[in-house]
Amino acid sequence: MATAGEVFRRSLTETVGQVCDDSSSSSELHVLAVDDSLVDRKVIERLLKISSCKVTAVESGTRALQYLGLDGERASVGFNGLKVNLIMTDYSMPGMTGYELLKKIKESSVLREIPVVVMSSENILTRIDRCLEEGAEEFLLKPVKLDDVKRLKDFIMKGDGKDGGETRILKRKRLDDYASLSSPSPSVACDASSPLMPSSSPSARSSKRAKLRNKD
Amino acid sequence: MERNQMRRQLALMRQSFFDQGFLDEQFIQLEELQDDANPNFVEEVVTLYYRDSSRLILNIDQALERNPLDFNKLDNYMHQFKGSSTSIGAKKVKAECTQFREYCKAGNSEGCMRTFQQLKKEYAILKRKLEAFFQQARQAGPLETACRSRN
Repeated sequence: MATAGEVFRRSLTETVGQVCDDSSSSSELHVLAVDDSLVDRKVIERLLKISSCKVTAVESGTRALQYLGLDGERASVGFNGLKVNLIMTDYSMPGMTGYELLKKIKESSVLREIPVVVMSSENILTRIDRCLEEGAEEFLLKPVKLDDVKRLKDFIMKGDGKDGGETRILKRKRLDDYASLSSPSPSVACDASSPLMPSSSPSARSSKRAKLRNKD
Repeated sequence: MERNQMRRQLALMRQSFFDQGFLDEQFIQLEELQDDANPNFVEEVVTLYYRDSSRLILNIDQALERNPLDFNKLDNYMHQFKGSSTSIGAKKVKAECTQFREYCKAGNSEGCMRTFQQLKKEYAILKRKLEAFFQQARQAGPLETACRSRN
């Protein structure tokens, strides 16, 4: 049973958390997982929770867009601490595929900052290329492992926290994005040690492809 | 039966699943996601799998009665089936799924139907084995299924 002191402390943290912006008050990533498979949703949810992430799991691209407020019904990301730090989506889904969802997110000025990772059980190079070219941070082969999630989390957390999560930690396809940053982070552009290498250069893309192929 | 004996039997049972190819490494991945707060995670996932896939089996059975077969539709169903079977580490079932999809691509009705019968057999065998396993695990006590230790 919670004591009065505990209750007070908890509600204080919640208030402070909101004032300090984002969900990063507890340095917990909030991940939106999109997969039409019930079993896979359960597994990815567990993988993420064990990795200390908050999870929202939805069954379709349409639902994902609704959640993100892209359908115009709800306030968009950043409001009320519901900010999504990462989207992990299955590729093959009925209705809107993961690729189509990826496109919609990257086309949105509000949402394109959110890193998107595509998951698929099929190791198809053209598919991988399309996704990376469209701006996916990573293409994971299913079944997704704990190590994959850890790697993703580490990468995203690395850039977060400097200025409350507003830093763009991830590489961009277009250089003019860097020009618009007030204080460009030097670690971003050419961080070869990052597990998620820039997808814009063909050599980086083929090395990422090679890495994925070796997974077989 | 004595606790230690039960646990030893359980461990042997579990090992046989891997040795005989019923389960693969993915099952172990699921076991690693169990902890004190979620001690039945694997059983929950497996239960979900059998519930969810029974629907798919029905759909595929019905689709196999059509004439001519809609191989595209069948392949789509099997893609889903294979996906969730992979997620729980159901190795033999997964192999049948792959075979089935090969026959779909080749437009081989006979092959599809034969493979699906085999698939349902493997599916049922695994279900029985896992049910027995989880039941014994519950009797033997929480120590038996691999639990991750929280650091």
